[in-house]
Amino acid sequence: MNIRALPLYVTIAIFLLAYLVCWTQFPAMLSTRVIGNLLTDNAYLGIVAVGMTLVILSGGIDLSVGSVIAFSGVFIAVVLRDSTLHPLAVFAMLLALTTAFGAAMGFLIDRLAMPAFIVTLAGMFLARGAAYMLSIDSVPVVHPFFDWLEGLYWLMPGKGRLRLIGVVMLLAFAAGIVVAHKTRFGTSVLALGGGEATARLMGVRQGRTTVLVYAFSGLMAGLSGIVFTIYTGSGYSLATVGTELTAIAAVVIGGTLLTGGAGYMFGTFIGVMTMGLIQTYIVFDGSLSSWWTKIVVGVLLLAFILLQKGLVKLSQDRLAAGAGR
Amino acid sequence: MLLTIRSLTKTFPGTKALDAVDFDLAAGEVHALLGENGAGKSTLIKCLTGAYRRDGGAITLEGAGIDPQSTVEAQELGIGTVYQEVNLLPNLTVAQNLMFGREPRRWGLIRNRAMRAQARAMLRDYGLSLDVDRDLGSYSVAIQQIVAIARAVALSGKVLILDEPTASLDAAEVRMVFDVVRGLRARGLGIVFVSHFLDQVFDLSDRVTVLRNGRRVATERTRDLDRVALIEHMLGRELEAATQEPAARRGPRPPMLRFAGMGRRGAVQPFDMQVGQGEVLGLAGLLGSGRTETAELLFGLKPAQTGRARDQGGALDLSTPRAAIAAGFGLAPEDRKTDGIVADLTIRENIVLGLQARRGWARPIARAEQNRLAEDYIRRLDIRTTGREKRVGELSGGNQQKVVLARWLAMNPRFLILDEPTRGIDVGAHAEILRLIHDLTAQGMALLVISSEIDELIAVSDRVIVLRDRRHVAELAGEDIAPARIMQAIAATGPAPAAAAQGAA
Amino acid sequence: MAGLMRRLAPQLVALAALVGLVTAFYPAFLDLSFGGGRLSGPLVDVLKRAAPVALLATGMTLVIATRGIDLSVGAIMAICGAVAATAITAGWGLPAALLLALGAGAAAGLWNGVLVAVLGIQPFVATLILMTMGRGIAQLITEGRIMTFTDAGFAWIGSGTALGLPVPAWLWIATAAAFALVLRRTALGMLVEATGINRRASGLAGVNATVLLVAVYVAAGLCAALAGLVVTADIRGADANNAGLWLELDAILAVVIGGNSLLGGRFSIAASVIGALIIQTITIGIRLAGFPSEYNLIIKAVLVLVILVLQSPRLAPEWQFWRDSLRAARNRPADGKGAAK
Repeated sequence: MNIRALPLYVTIAIFLLAYLVCWTQFPAMLSTRVIGNLLTDNAYLGIVAVGMTLVILSGGIDLSVGSVIAFSGVFIAVVLRDSTLHPLAVFAMLLALTTAFGAAMGFLIDRLAMPAFIVTLAGMFLARGAAYMLSIDSVPVVHPFFDWLEGLYWLMPGKGRLRLIGVVMLLAFAAGIVVAHKTRFGTSVLALGGGEATARLMGVRQGRTTVLVYAFSGLMAGLSGIVFTIYTGSGYSLATVGTELTAIAAVVIGGTLLTGGAGYMFGTFIGVMTMGLIQTYIVFDGSLSSWWTKIVVGVLLLAFILLQKGLVKLSQDRLAAGAGR
Repeated sequence: MLLTIRSLTKTFPGTKALDAVDFDLAAGEVHALLGENGAGKSTLIKCLTGAYRRDGGAITLEGAGIDPQSTVEAQELGIGTVYQEVNLLPNLTVAQNLMFGREPRRWGLIRNRAMRAQARAMLRDYGLSLDVDRDLGSYSVAIQQIVAIARAVALSGKVLILDEPTASLDAAEVRMVFDVVRGLRARGLGIVFVSHFLDQVFDLSDRVTVLRNGRRVATERTRDLDRVALIEHMLGRELEAATQEPAARRGPRPPMLRFAGMGRRGAVQPFDMQVGQGEVLGLAGLLGSGRTETAELLFGLKPAQTGRARDQGGALDLSTPRAAIAAGFGLAPEDRKTDGIVADLTIRENIVLGLQARRGWARPIARAEQNRLAEDYIRRLDIRTTGREKRVGELSGGNQQKVVLARWLAMNPRFLILDEPTRGIDVGAHAEILRLIHDLTAQGMALLVISSEIDELIAVSDRVIVLRDRRHVAELAGEDIAPARIMQAIAATGPAPAAAAQGAA
Repeated sequence: MAGLMRRLAPQLVALAALVGLVTAFYPAFLDLSFGGGRLSGPLVDVLKRAAPVALLATGMTLVIATRGIDLSVGAIMAICGAVAATAITAGWGLPAALLLALGAGAAAGLWNGVLVAVLGIQPFVATLILMTMGRGIAQLITEGRIMTFTDAGFAWIGSGTALGLPVPAWLWIATAAAFALVLRRTALGMLVEATGINRRASGLAGVNATVLLVAVYVAAGLCAALAGLVVTADIRGADANNAGLWLELDAILAVVIGGNSLLGGRFSIAASVIGALIIQTITIGIRLAGFPSEYNLIIKAVLVLVILVLQSPRLAPEWQFWRDSLRAARNRPADGKGAAK
């Protein structure tokens, strides 16, 4: 077994164990209804986490995604309110915009050789500010096409509803898995996360890869914004504050090394589902308070960071021992 | 000739790293490139692989002039390189590393099965059968090196440069890598082999070129070569007349420190050592023989796993640098830039840093006192600067070294370790530092001097300890401190390379 | 002193220019009046409202000087506010409440410091844990309510007046001054800088870098505790969800506006608190000058970008080149004269 895959197995084991615990207490949790809701409620988070996973694999971080989601919602709502464009055209415009925004951040990170978190911090301010400029108030989205989108679902056996946005998230993860694990670009991303100097020696085009990674994250944040707008039926510039943190936590709980170079897209999916499960449990329980989510997520975060740190040290020790033999 | 280099020159600010160096390589030949640190080996290789642009000279490959601008371009021309460490990515699988950038694809997607099959086929040529789906990092360094060689050969295929590929391998692993290299030689590749392990050079290479201070000092057929002669070429005898006369050797000195059975796995074999008051001990040996490791061990940087240190008063704690400093030790490290100076601080701050750290943060050294100390040492060590408030990073190498020395002198240690104190320093500063060493011992300070230059050791040492294969193998005193004796001790063919393996254990 | 003024000049000029700009749009910005034993006016308001960010920036300056970052200070503010408010409502008295809050801040800083310095986790990653968890802990303490209190003594910290100026203004000025004094009058400042520039070389010279790093994060935790007290006292209630929300980012911004490099090393606390004043002047100025407050974030984004370009290691040679050619251009007229002769 690859030592790198261990956190992934731990993630899956934790998720299954947690689900088992939930099920023994609330048998109703093992129903397609709950599973359908799990997918629907966490769709926007999952999609943005796909982009975040790629960014973190490359050894970077993207703090701007929460603001970009809010901007997307306001953008869609305001453009639909003030023009007669079809929502699909608005979606296309938005995705082009957020992708270009991500690419610009990637370009700056590469060209200025400055830490990703401070560059994307500027992006965070900029996107949130742009959302404020469009509208401070919550703008409802009124369009028949939107209502139709929102109403789309597939009735699973057991009366669970698999809604469109849940399907979009699953597709986003499928795309993420292909990009990260089945393309030369994905290998380059992992290579960069493993060590920039070595990656360059091996022929990775660092600038191009960095730009594409952040462009992908921007695209996913835009898509997440669309899904979030469908989910809430409105655009609000104060929405999804702190979603970038939740997404980072989901990625790490999914077994990806926060310093880059190791991890699996599928793990992030499990990480998102684990976080959703914690919330569902708290809702089912009724007496537990919502802040336990934050604390449990924090504890999981700590556990995975320590696990990864331990694994890195273990493999270094093994190498050192090998050298000394 | 496959590859010909004529009067290659490369200059860095302040130093001429390569001075009209000639080098050639035939197909089906292993040509060893030797030299101590700073001799110009890595500069030569970097010029060959496009990492550096040369300032002058010509490189021809198969009769055509080449001027690679990047490692990728050098690869495409046919020159592949395997370094001591950073070659491939331990976080990718063996197959991903081998096939990186050349993965078989269908509709843009990597065909994993085909990639694995091709990777396995590549490794079969080298007699390796690995699970190519495992992370490269989970395999031993030797396997990683062979995978790196396989990738380099597959990408380039004419010239293979091996830059200290065996530095962290044991004897069995070295044999494994050498078998691979011999196989490639038989296939007609030209191989440049850089190593500081003489046994390996004699074992593997057909010809040897020695570089020293950026110049080629010899190229000879390995089988015509005598070990002592080779070491003489490498270590050289270049000191100016002023410092050549041997120190007036002094008799036994009042004992100060005793080290018994000090050792550390993978660094240096357990050794005994005694240091007298005002004594200068020289450590001789080739690069990688355990010289620097001995210094790091005594200073608590990589603390000893076995053995004890004592002085007249009892046992000494040398488990951390802070403990060693408390015991009156000091270390001016080999790598000034990363381990010595704090580049963004001023000369004054760098000089008082150690003293201040020892006094504790709450008892600051008064500014007037700091100024006095700084001015004093700038004058005494002749540090060339426009003032004490200049950033140390802006000084030349020799002056940086003097600042590090000043930091330790200000702390007045009883035992100061100087690791390559004159490396990369111009001749004038060189002589000054040797004079300084002399002055210090007159005041009772004991010194451990590590140097690649035998003449320098002879000039300053009361006793010389010789290291080979991470082991203290000889101790010379009095009349025995002579170039011939030291070189013989270094060259003596012990039961190497088995000793190398043990020595690292 | 001349050296200090030269170091602070860009920040002071920027602040003066901003004040001038705001005054141009809103002439009453410079009005000061004295009544009821206290000074009042927009400038006094800037001094008062800058308190949380200035306090955070004081601690953050040290953390950044060691090449670190502390993302958790906003969450620590919420925890300390919650602790103080709970202690006050439980009737334990003001001194106990203040001590407990400061203790909580120090404990949180210790946690971060141990993760960074002892376990060797990257500062960004290590402090992210408490950033995620901290508000949950604060809510746990207040049991999810906005815990209000009526203790006049505690409220005084947030909205009282002493010697004519608001208490929060005194608090941050005193804290920043005390930190600057301790760091520069002892050897701490130099040791922190040495560790930030080259931890390995400093360790070899005998500097106890581990203890120093932990201490720096504890200091940041204490500063966050003070900031949390100010915010809690000001609104007379602990709001675990919103106290100090995103203030860590403002604090980092204040530090970089203060010209402190994100890559560690030389630092100036005075410059950082001027950075905090600049941020606050922008915030209040935009409102007073009649612009929508939405501009605020955009301006911050532009500020970050400008600073990034100025600090970029890749562009450093370019700046040097421009400086050199400017200097050359300045010298050229003299050369021209020489040639004419």
